[in-house]
Amino acid sequence: MSTNHNSSDESGVSRRGFLKGMGVGTVSTGVLSNASLHEARAAEPGVKGPGDTAIVLKINGKNKQLNIEPRVTLLDALRNRLDLTGPKKVCDRGTCGACTVLVDGDPMYACSLLAVEAQGREITTVEGLGTPEKMNAVQEAFIDRDAQQCGFCTPGFVTACSAFVRDNPNASVDEVKNGLGGNLCRCGTYAGMVLAASDAAKEKGSA
Amino acid sequence: MNPFEYVAPSDLREASSLLGSRWGQTEVLAGGTDLVTSLKQGITKPKRLVSLKNIPELKRIQVKKNTVRIGAMVTLRDLAANATIQEEFPALVTAIDGIGSSQIINAGTVAGDLCQRPRCWYFRNGFGLLAEDNGDSLVRTGDNRYHAIFGNDGRALFVNASSLAPALIALQAEISIVGAAGREREINAGDLFQAPNNGEDREVALRANEIVSEIKLPRENMQNASYEVRHRHGLDWPYATASVALKIRSGIAREASVVLGHVAPTPWPAVAASNLLNGARVDASLAEAVGEAAARGAKPLSGNAYKVQMVKTAVKRALLAAANA
Repeated sequence: MSTNHNSSDESGVSRRGFLKGMGVGTVSTGVLSNASLHEARAAEPGVKGPGDTAIVLKINGKNKQLNIEPRVTLLDALRNRLDLTGPKKVCDRGTCGACTVLVDGDPMYACSLLAVEAQGREITTVEGLGTPEKMNAVQEAFIDRDAQQCGFCTPGFVTACSAFVRDNPNASVDEVKNGLGGNLCRCGTYAGMVLAASDAAKEKGSA
Repeated sequence: MNPFEYVAPSDLREASSLLGSRWGQTEVLAGGTDLVTSLKQGITKPKRLVSLKNIPELKRIQVKKNTVRIGAMVTLRDLAANATIQEEFPALVTAIDGIGSSQIINAGTVAGDLCQRPRCWYFRNGFGLLAEDNGDSLVRTGDNRYHAIFGNDGRALFVNASSLAPALIALQAEISIVGAAGREREINAGDLFQAPNNGEDREVALRANEIVSEIKLPRENMQNASYEVRHRHGLDWPYATASVALKIRSGIAREASVVLGHVAPTPWPAVAASNLLNGARVDASLAEAVGEAAARGAKPLSGNAYKVQMVKTAVKRALLAAANA
């Protein structure tokens, strides 16, 4: 049995006990309250988990194979299994935007998407947007405008902002503020970020 | 997060058959923007998730002559970007914009918005939907600044969290539901919601193995608008909202419907306001009076009387926006 890689775990139920129950069908009522799930499972081979299941994720253009439990979020899979620590785990409840990745090009919260659900989609993390040697326009603008303080929210902002300026070249300041409303910065470096986004949008617009 | 099984069937009927017959055994997974957080918080501890992501027909918007049919899994982004929705249903576009997070709008779905769980902080912190301790309401005696000012005579004091529901109800939308053995039923959008009076029921009037499959929006040339009063423009839920739909012939309102959001355990039809509006000449002073009528009968709790004025303002502004559209 593999180690539990999900640091969100707050389960009081023994996982081993649960799986044993699932397999043998001698489970007590507290664990699985009716037999119908067993029957449905036998009739439906598509049911995965609760233990590890094999999945393939396409991340930054490359296919990655993983064995993970269905409960693992895309964020935990990226950070704990694939060493992509650009997306940050801050609120872990779909509010702060630090975990933002692009899914088929659109920003989404990786903490609120199960890894199994991300199969078949193109995932782009901040690592896939550019490198220190070859940055994208938004990454460069964030440096030029000194648009960070502690920097922890920055990867999420850069990722969300990259999609925003792609879709909204020549965006106004109000549009930038509205477009980045799904990200929070507790240092309050919004002024610099708005300038950076406007710079990058202008560059896109004139390109 | 507790462990669970996961299955993503390609057929709606099969999806329903994979759901348990009692709430809590299984959950339906749409965009996941609310459910995944709820799983982490232990608000729900299902043994299985049934994902709808592989059911293609749930992702379609079909513009027909008399209706727009919106699949349950259409994302909020795709709904707001649809040309017919933009042209004919601005109340929905405003409601989606109000969510304030492109990440949520990209991932969240129409049915997921309708079926999201309340934001009540007692509920979110494990005190249950009714938030009671030995029969006493934690909400009545505690911090209830974001709770209900209408429909709060019973045990449920949370507010319904849906952004789309007030507008869909004002626009007379119908909701299709698929349940056990593929049985289908259709209900008025307003009938999807209920104020539970016991610890077992949910705030949606669905059985545990029923799935919302489609929203049918009649194309009746209704003028419509929504207005939200909110604390911040980034990701957050509003304090109070109003959606208004009506026809105006020679300056006179017809078939008007005013529905409030975030003020009651269900979306709240402001019947007296709608009645006052119907047959009256639409102008600024009428809008003021309709707002007053909408707020009449409010019963604020100890900390949320501020919402009463917000209701008046939201209704007035939504009505004037709809009339000018």
